[in-house]
Amino acid sequence: MSLSIPDRDWYKAPVGAEKLWIGLALIWCLVMSVMMPYWHFRGKQNSRGEAYAVTPAAFYERAEQFVAANKVGERDGVPIVEPAPGGEAYLVARMWGWYPILKLRQGETYRVHVSSMDLNHGFSLQPLNMNFQVLPGYDHVLTLTPTSKGEFTIVCNEFCGIGHDRMIGKLLVE
Amino acid sequence: MTTLAAAVPTALDAPGARSRRCDTTGLSVCLTAQLFIKLAAVSAVVFLLLGGVAAILLALTRWQAVHLLRVDWFYRILTFHGLNMLIFWILFFEVAILYFACTVPLNSRLFSRKVAWVSFAMMLTGAVMVNVVVLAGKADVLMTSYLPLLAHPGFYLGIILVAVGTLVAVFNFFATLHIAKRDRAYEGTVPLVTFGALAAAIIAVVTLLHGAIVMIPTFTFSMGWTAEPDPMWYRMIWWGLGHQSQQVNVCAMVAVWYLVGQLATGAKPVNETVCRGAFLLYILFINLASAHHLLVDPAVGATWKIWNTSYAMYLAVLASMIHGFTVPASVEMAMRDKGYVKGLFGWVTALPWRNPAFSAVVLSILIFGFIGGITGVTLGTQQINIIAHNTLRITGHFHATVVGGTTLAFMGLAYYVIPLIFRRDFVWRTAARVQPWLFGGGILMVSLGMSFAGSLGVPRRSYDIEPAGVFGPAAHLFLGVMGLGALVAVAALLLFCILCVGTLLFGRPNSGRAMADWGVAQRVPGVKAGLFEHDHWAMKGTIALTAVFLACFAVYYFANWKALADVWPAQ
Repeated sequence: MSLSIPDRDWYKAPVGAEKLWIGLALIWCLVMSVMMPYWHFRGKQNSRGEAYAVTPAAFYERAEQFVAANKVGERDGVPIVEPAPGGEAYLVARMWGWYPILKLRQGETYRVHVSSMDLNHGFSLQPLNMNFQVLPGYDHVLTLTPTSKGEFTIVCNEFCGIGHDRMIGKLLVE
Repeated sequence: MTTLAAAVPTALDAPGARSRRCDTTGLSVCLTAQLFIKLAAVSAVVFLLLGGVAAILLALTRWQAVHLLRVDWFYRILTFHGLNMLIFWILFFEVAILYFACTVPLNSRLFSRKVAWVSFAMMLTGAVMVNVVVLAGKADVLMTSYLPLLAHPGFYLGIILVAVGTLVAVFNFFATLHIAKRDRAYEGTVPLVTFGALAAAIIAVVTLLHGAIVMIPTFTFSMGWTAEPDPMWYRMIWWGLGHQSQQVNVCAMVAVWYLVGQLATGAKPVNETVCRGAFLLYILFINLASAHHLLVDPAVGATWKIWNTSYAMYLAVLASMIHGFTVPASVEMAMRDKGYVKGLFGWVTALPWRNPAFSAVVLSILIFGFIGGITGVTLGTQQINIIAHNTLRITGHFHATVVGGTTLAFMGLAYYVIPLIFRRDFVWRTAARVQPWLFGGGILMVSLGMSFAGSLGVPRRSYDIEPAGVFGPAAHLFLGVMGLGALVAVAALLLFCILCVGTLLFGRPNSGRAMADWGVAQRVPGVKAGLFEHDHWAMKGTIALTAVFLACFAVYYFANWKALADVWPAQ
């Protein structure tokens, strides 16, 4: 009985169906454990967490230089910036918007640096549904390879104050 | 410690012990423990009610067709809801379970009345303080309060008080175990329920220490005394508190499963060693939980993420899967022993379904296992987190575990706690029989609505999805399902509160006689007990059920890898 003191000889090794289930469950746990390192080497989507310490001011300065050097247009006052294929790109998160609009090419790989000027923000690329965390003080490097064309929306999915739901950015892929 | 202990006898059956004999079970109940079980349980239900009112406001806001609250009040109520539901309701109820588990089954008195008062006063003051600060609009920071988002110092101080107060209660629990053993209030090994509570208490200590490590510097920072703690450091330590605390709930919930299983069907653990071993796995390998929230964070590397996601291997998951087998297996064995031997599931119809505690526990096991467990392990996989992080899928998962699992199990337990500890029979017993089904059904809708909306990318903790302009009719539909489910679940929650309060006020006292029985499984006339005692394959229904479970798990898990493979390559 679960509520009463067990008999003196309560220690018994599992037998029968119980033993079978423990074995099956253990094998399943092993499969799941192996999947992550397997995907790390064979899969294409891995969050390595590559990041560098940076002050918000210094990050913003780099972003400004990046925008000035690569600007190709403007939409609603936000610059559209096209980094060199295979190159670096900068994305600033702050209450309540994303800066600038990145324009990427399908099939090319970019190192996108994301950091926050103020609070925690969430980088959620829709309708793809890819999500990363953005923190102040950390230059989070996302190595992205767009494989589909179109206009994508960046939604902030980490609470950052009253205007949080209006923190919307754009990402273009040609 | 010795002077305190020497004043009164430890064993409850000793002459002069402050105890009473339970009219129903014949067990001795320590009067001090009983007082604090009452205080903790009543406070817990009050916080549950507060959280429930908040829940309905939130659901009606996120249900875009209604969109009830103003934006500032939405985040305020969201903060309030999370803290009251996930922390206050559950912690207070767990303290009640701890006090019960270390006294009644061990025939021991509670170690110290004074310590219990200190603990209760700290917890209550802290919780009230937090709620006042939040409702005053000075802490719209959500439950996680990620730095550099800053709240009023009273918010952090309140949480510290609750955490330390709980630690004091846990100390009282350990001290009671110690004196009970020392003074031989019982002989042999502690019962399984106490063992489960012990596992919960050990994890609680580790968890609450994380809370102290992260909240104290945040408090001093909010007072302007120290520099700002690093936001990444804050996240990491906070989740040592945040997710680990949920494993305390899991332990307590599993202990309740075993307890109610026994009360309603006479089930006994199929194998004590296996059940206890599973609890031991929780203690040793629960670390896996804390990393779940940092899987797409900067500055924590892939190796760290992989290791901490599985803690080298999913041994805590193994523990849950073991309980998921042993609990139904023990119930099935008890039923077969009573003579319900027909086919795979012949025993199921004969289960005491009219017993709300039992139906609550069955629903708790099913919702926790099939929805909460499977989604949780999958979402917490390092790479899969990319397609789920901070979406409503996360919320969908923990509403299945904490609400459909823990809260429902605790509600079920209350159908025994109130008649046995408050010694009053339930009023309106028909409504009580319906309540777990309503609540379970409602929360299932909430959980599924959230999960599907999250799969479409709908963010959690967001006031409005319209400005994003990317969420179509399907997302709105699922948010509507969530809203409707919340209406049902909160109605059932209110019903639960009405039943509890009504019973305390108007229930017929049952002191001097056994409590009115909720219904237990009856033996088929003429069937001898013990026929299946040594048949280790007799739990055929459970074998079939767990096979279905494993298949669902595998399908869901690999479907998520497939979904992940379809998004852009990212590192």
